[in-house]
Amino acid sequence: MIQSRRWEAWLFVGPALLLILFFLAYPAIATIIRSFFGRGTSLLGPNVEFVGLKNWRFVFTNDAMLVALRNNALWAGVGTTCCIGFGLLLAVLLDRVRYERLIKSIIFVPTAISGVGVGIIWKFMFAYRPAHLEQIGVLNAIVVAFGGEPVGWLIARPWINNFALIAVGIWMFTGFCMVILSAAYKNIPRPLFEAARIDGANERHVFRHIVLPLLWPAIAVVTTTVLVMILKIFDVIYVMTNGNFGTEVIANRMYKEMFIFNNFGRSGAIATVLFVLIIPFMVLNIRRFVAQEGGR
Amino acid sequence: MKTRRFLSRTPLHVTILVFALIWLIPTLGLLITSIRSPSSIAGSGWWTVFPKLFSGGEFSLENYAGVIMKQGLGQSFLNSLMISVPATAISTLVASFAAFGFAWMKFTGRRTLFIILVGAMIVPLQMTFIPILPIYSKIGLAGTFPGIWLAHTAYGLPVATFLVQSFMAGIPKDLFDSAAIDGASTMRTFWSIVMPISVPALASVFIFQFLWIWNDLLVALIYLGGKPDVAPITVSIANLVTNMGQDWELITAAAFVSMALPLAVFFGLQRYFVRGLLAGSVKG
Repeated sequence: MIQSRRWEAWLFVGPALLLILFFLAYPAIATIIRSFFGRGTSLLGPNVEFVGLKNWRFVFTNDAMLVALRNNALWAGVGTTCCIGFGLLLAVLLDRVRYERLIKSIIFVPTAISGVGVGIIWKFMFAYRPAHLEQIGVLNAIVVAFGGEPVGWLIARPWINNFALIAVGIWMFTGFCMVILSAAYKNIPRPLFEAARIDGANERHVFRHIVLPLLWPAIAVVTTTVLVMILKIFDVIYVMTNGNFGTEVIANRMYKEMFIFNNFGRSGAIATVLFVLIIPFMVLNIRRFVAQEGGR
Repeated sequence: MKTRRFLSRTPLHVTILVFALIWLIPTLGLLITSIRSPSSIAGSGWWTVFPKLFSGGEFSLENYAGVIMKQGLGQSFLNSLMISVPATAISTLVASFAAFGFAWMKFTGRRTLFIILVGAMIVPLQMTFIPILPIYSKIGLAGTFPGIWLAHTAYGLPVATFLVQSFMAGIPKDLFDSAAIDGASTMRTFWSIVMPISVPALASVFIFQFLWIWNDLLVALIYLGGKPDVAPITVSIANLVTNMGQDWELITAAAFVSMALPLAVFFGLQRYFVRGLLAGSVKG
């Protein structure tokens, strides 16, 4: 500690604490309270009435909300699994080739660009035109070349469009998984592999009994981080379908209730659901982040 | 022997190639489409340009001129800079002040307050809009640059303060002792010793904050309400998609304009970028 006057410390930490208090701590509590009050765009006032659990009943019974909850579950399950699976596969495969860096850069690029940019890139990939016109989207051109009928990738509900969108999410987040898992993979001492191979283990055994257990901590980190990013998915949906055709997700619904329907009560309840869903994973993330960055 | 080894490794190379193509083709399609004329975009797939790639003639930068001049994307690009540069600077500065206070100064509740500050990462941004927007409207901060600067500053603080604090805590104490002997004030010590030493940490924080804010759509939609005169590039492009969703020549060019800066940062500063990204992934 350094010598300083008592008021000086507050000069240094005061601005940050005030900002956190006003922009994060107070709103979190106010949003939960607001979720028990009715529609309208003011916080709490004479025009806003107490409605008890009405908004909460809406969240868990309304058809559109149920679709959003189902889709978020689908995103979390399928999206997270594929991101980690592909990331792990790439980490292991790329370690064996000399052009590793180039491919890593290519797969990592989507992490640098905005969800809006990614949404447009893929909207064009999925472009659909009636069968008698020439297809300008890559995917439908492939389908037609193999003699199929063009597919309305973003319209065909309920599974084609949702899986198409989830594929976009996987394209966006796999690079992140690959980079973290690859760093962990390269930390495994090579003699371990050699020893196992000399003992007669084949590649599958090496992966199953040496690589996987040693990568476990890194896989856990990537899983919680990707889960949080996926549960909060918004930009891609907003740009590509705006939640139409049964592709709604929680974050987009929250935005609609707030900004389009001016129903702060419902919107508050939806935001709180999102908050509760991510709490366990965020706690793990923060603890890991603090342990890792604080240890240096 | 060599050929056998090569053959046995073919599946490996093919698998990697397939991944590389899936990650390359979509972005390449966007880039090529953005320099084709509207009639050729509608008439044939972008991949048909490859056979005539070197005969030239088909490509032009007209679409870019169109979006920047006529669709007001030039203005949005400037707005994005007007939002991200000051917001990033302010948040890095506020975080540095707090980080120094928490790392080196004595005051009541130091530990508890630090835990609260870092723990605030847990709050998703969605939890903050509803209470803040009415207050912003009342005091006239909604739809203004200072309003969104403050919001972005606050949202980035937990991660930024923590990163800078852990760096500053590692500065050797002797440096402060000698500064104290020379009679330097706390403020002077901060500016002339602590800040210059902390440049590596500040650079990572600056980059992740800048990219996060540049790529943000949600916060801008809420606090700037889509007003064209202040809208950043992400919001303008999202509107373009809604209003002219089939005008691919405009949308692809616009998307590429918005991606140019992050891509430059990505390829130019990859080392800082990866660290910054890791930090950004735990942001509320």
